[in-house]
Amino acid sequence: MIPAPFTYKRASSVDEAVDLAARSGDDAKFLAGGHSLLPLMKLRLAVPEVLIDIGRIGELSYVRDDGGQILVGALTSHDELARSSVLASELPLLAHAASQVGDPQVRHRGTIGGSLVHADPAADLPAVVLALDATLVARGPSGTREIAAGDFFQSLFETVLQPGELLTEIRIPKPPNRGWAFQKFTKRAIDWAIVGVAVQGGNVALVNMGQTPVRASGVEQALAGGAGPRDAAAHAAEQTSPPADINADSGYREHLARVLVGRALEEAATRA
Amino acid sequence: MKVIVTVNGSQIEAEVPDRTLLVHFLRDVANLTATNVGCDTTSCGACTVLLDGKSVKSCTVLAAQADGHEVTTVEGLADGSGAMHPVQRAFQAEHGLQCGFCTPGMVMATVSLLAENPAPTEEEVRSALEGNLCRCTGYHNIVRAVLAAAPAASERRSS
Amino acid sequence: MSILGTRVVRTEDPRLLTVGGTYVDDLRVPELTDAARVTFVRSPVAHARITGIDASAAREAPGVVAVLTIQDMDDLVPPPPPEPGSEVPEGAPLPLGGVWSEPLLAAGRVRYVGEPVAMVITSDSYQGEDAAELVSVDYEPLPAVIGIGTALETGTLLFDGAESNVCVTSGEATDDSIFDGCDAVIKQTIVNQRLAPMPMEGRAAAAVFSDGKLTYWVSTQNAQITRFILSGVLGMDPGTIRVIAPDVGGGFGAKVGADRDALLVAWAARKTGQPLRWVETRSENLVGMTHGRAQEQTVTLGGTSDGRILAYRLEVVQDTGAYPRMSGFLPFLTKLMAVGPYDIPHVQTAARTIVTNTTPISAYRGAGRPEATAAVERAVDLFAAAVGMDPGEVRRKNLIAPDKFPYSTPTGAVYDSGDYATALDKVLAGAGYGELRAEQARRRERGDVVQLGLGLASYVEITAADAAGGETSRLMVHGDGTATVYTGSSAHGQGHHTAWAMLVEAELGIPMANVTVIHGDTDLIPEGVGTYASRSLQLGGVAVVKAAQDVKEQARRVAADMLEAAEADLELDTERGAWQVRGDPASSRSWGEVATHAGSDGLVAFVQYIGGAPTFPFGTHLAVVEVDTETGKVRLIRHVTADDAGIVINPVLAEGQRHGGIAQGVAQALLEEMMYDADGNPLTGTLADYAAISAAELPSFELLQSETPTDVNPLGVKGIGEAGTIGATPAVQNAVVDAVRHLGVTHIDMPTTPARVWAAISAARESGEM
Repeated sequence: MIPAPFTYKRASSVDEAVDLAARSGDDAKFLAGGHSLLPLMKLRLAVPEVLIDIGRIGELSYVRDDGGQILVGALTSHDELARSSVLASELPLLAHAASQVGDPQVRHRGTIGGSLVHADPAADLPAVVLALDATLVARGPSGTREIAAGDFFQSLFETVLQPGELLTEIRIPKPPNRGWAFQKFTKRAIDWAIVGVAVQGGNVALVNMGQTPVRASGVEQALAGGAGPRDAAAHAAEQTSPPADINADSGYREHLARVLVGRALEEAATRA
Repeated sequence: MKVIVTVNGSQIEAEVPDRTLLVHFLRDVANLTATNVGCDTTSCGACTVLLDGKSVKSCTVLAAQADGHEVTTVEGLADGSGAMHPVQRAFQAEHGLQCGFCTPGMVMATVSLLAENPAPTEEEVRSALEGNLCRCTGYHNIVRAVLAAAPAASERRSS
Repeated sequence: MSILGTRVVRTEDPRLLTVGGTYVDDLRVPELTDAARVTFVRSPVAHARITGIDASAAREAPGVVAVLTIQDMDDLVPPPPPEPGSEVPEGAPLPLGGVWSEPLLAAGRVRYVGEPVAMVITSDSYQGEDAAELVSVDYEPLPAVIGIGTALETGTLLFDGAESNVCVTSGEATDDSIFDGCDAVIKQTIVNQRLAPMPMEGRAAAAVFSDGKLTYWVSTQNAQITRFILSGVLGMDPGTIRVIAPDVGGGFGAKVGADRDALLVAWAARKTGQPLRWVETRSENLVGMTHGRAQEQTVTLGGTSDGRILAYRLEVVQDTGAYPRMSGFLPFLTKLMAVGPYDIPHVQTAARTIVTNTTPISAYRGAGRPEATAAVERAVDLFAAAVGMDPGEVRRKNLIAPDKFPYSTPTGAVYDSGDYATALDKVLAGAGYGELRAEQARRRERGDVVQLGLGLASYVEITAADAAGGETSRLMVHGDGTATVYTGSSAHGQGHHTAWAMLVEAELGIPMANVTVIHGDTDLIPEGVGTYASRSLQLGGVAVVKAAQDVKEQARRVAADMLEAAEADLELDTERGAWQVRGDPASSRSWGEVATHAGSDGLVAFVQYIGGAPTFPFGTHLAVVEVDTETGKVRLIRHVTADDAGIVINPVLAEGQRHGGIAQGVAQALLEEMMYDADGNPLTGTLADYAAISAAELPSFELLQSETPTDVNPLGVKGIGEAGTIGATPAVQNAVVDAVRHLGVTHIDMPTTPARVWAAISAARESGEM
């Protein structure tokens, strides 16, 4: 229950963080809230040699209305997202999903950046940013780049970020269709989603139906073609590869996806 | 590395291994053993303390992350005269503890909850405590204690 | 007005709330100042021969004081082989031993993931985890025997000296003629799944060996029994061992005595000469502490078409894990309590206990009795469905009538007192059963997605099954008028300090605030039995009362001497806590004055109370669930109970025990299961996967009052600690099945997770459409 030994370093700015990472080798990891990374380290499933604590880079914690888009700093905590009045009015899907992550203690520490970079397909926020067509901004030794959410998640716990690249901001266009819903199906309140669904307008993204969050393109096409919620939802499991574990086999997950997408679309319709 | 953490109002300074968890810093360096370790997957909440006034699971915070910050444990709740905090009083009045092992974390989670939501419903209390496990009480009286403490806790915060 | 029966908040709480309890890991006593830390190296495989252990790298690691393996245990004398014909008697919760013996450290073979193989001793705990990773153990895997079916069919035996993996067989249930004449017979196989007791504090122990004396602190439910075990294991005179139970963070039966890991800490302290402390992690706890339940059952129940039960057969296979630590004790209790509260003319029970390559099984809240109730309550619901009657009606029809007590069951139990039908009626009325059935009917009519399910469980259970072992109490009244109780009971959350002080106040008039209760230290209390089996109030509490009565009689003699009066003319005014000549308040003498007059030791009484007998609390639970028929998700929305454990001494404490029991019972029905894969790897080895229940999954409970005294002890009390668990589990399981019965579902095994419920609904729909 104790991490293997590591060297702790601290960055007080993004530049310093990128610089420290460049000089610390490939076995260095950034530490934000620590609620994805530290649990892995405590079980010794992750053994980074260097931790670069970026938790004090205050300028990375913000939610701003930038006219056509909302800008969210990568170090904004789930709790701050859940309470943000900007998000409540512009991106309630994100505010609500953030309020469902873990428990209050976890939400006080965990950050959106940490969650996205950790890239657990069973986590809530990766699917949400996918549904919101977000752009992720990363700064590395060779400069800054923008990555579409659809390109960001590679595989289980893998993103396109290179070692030493720091996620700094999430840019979310204000959605044209205001209908939204978030269905998170769990055994217990604190559990990861067995299956989850994030809906924003005609965008539908799935939690825990593959190695990354996935857009339910079959559903989206059906909706675009005029199908109603339940008919569109029938396509929910197409082109997904849901895992089998102690909570559910693949068939049950596919069934849940269909049911939850249907419910989410109906719920979103009441808000449109 | 050297860390300085203000715990219950007192500065605690120590040279500790980088990987020291905040909960062990509190127990072994600050010698405040009320906060307990109940699991190793950030699940049970027995280690809950306040970090800058907000509940956190101290087993999943490095002492290094708390360096320069303020921590409140259950030992720091009593007022200057040693009288119990309204939440502590309510837990006793409502029999919200049995073996006591989860209790410090449960109390601190409650203090944080009531600071953020001064008049919660039963459902909100149960949801807010989903990360605090208890094996003895069945939660029934813990929920009663939180609801009973709410008005007095509110007054205590404003005084 | 006696304080007994009134609501009194706990005296234990201020300390626990303000500075926290002192559990083993919190001890800061001088003897442990430089205690080194123990970290165990545990088997990562379920079944293997150990062909080598290389600790050389570990010994070089920072902070390592020693690495101990079986090779170092040459200072222990192996126990003598059992005498021929000396089997463990049925009904004794003792290890089977013999060919089924369990070593302390693994001896050449490991039989479950988590079995201790070596001990790493380091200056601090962080170093311990690092060093333990460096101990290299060579394992030659053997086929893993997982699951009851495999254990019975496989050629792989866990124990070379045995003929099979069946270690205990008891009873025979093959005569089908008991079902002749039954209009309806139901048969069902039921899984009562493996659970982890998961007290919030795991196992922990600390030990100092100095000048031939061992001081041993351990998170235990009985210090005296632990001392006895240690003296045997270490070959030491009990007088040279002091066992202390500090604050204990829950036990639930899994901390009775001390298990091999904890005992090893004591051995290692002697071996190394170092004070040592061991505190397990939760992951270790989930695979290293004993598990509970793990039975497969076949129930066959038959009766008349108007709901009268005529015959019941219960067949049990108990998976006891890798080592039979309790022999056949748990299924013995299951068979004993098989008929529950029902008057059933013909009963057959049979049980087999088998070993598998999993964590050993022992007691967990209810210990054999939840299994009995879960089986018969499922059977009764199935029978009710078969004869088309309401489950409440069928129960009422078959409950043992109140004028039949003491009642001898066909299984050999003698129930002392009970009023089962009243408890049932109370719950049905209190819950508004009729209205609930009407709501259920409305939802079924409409074809709602969210259906309502109602589940009943009527139960009776046995507490203080080992009443013959009794309990001790020493009571001292001091010259300053205060009193101290030394009790053999061993509270770990039950509130004995409050309750025992209430008993003293009630008997003697010494205010609770002036009564100190001490437990759990063999130097102060050399004789005692401890807290488990819901025995404490009816044995330990009664011992306190008897000691108080003894003190009262001594005081009477002393006061008579002081007042130069006849003993018969004296009275104790319990309101004022004073002795006086009847009708002459001016003659009043305080307890302090009387105790001073008695001598420098004050007034002292020691009682070993062995006059008790097992008692049989009972009750009814009603669970109300909502089931989402599109997803299978279950929500418990109400839970109404009447749990009758005789006279209630402190309603606050009794309610707390009921609440805690109910929550654990609900957890078994809905969520928890210790799971292994086919190779014996635990699949639920952390709290991220083991679905312990939280406040968010539970409603507030509705507790109704029922107090039917027993005349088995002077207080008229029975044990309440396990009753809630026993009644809750089958009520919730029955409710879930009931919610989807109209879709063709007849049974769903526990835990009734969404996946399981959905699978049952799907299967019923498919077979309905065929």
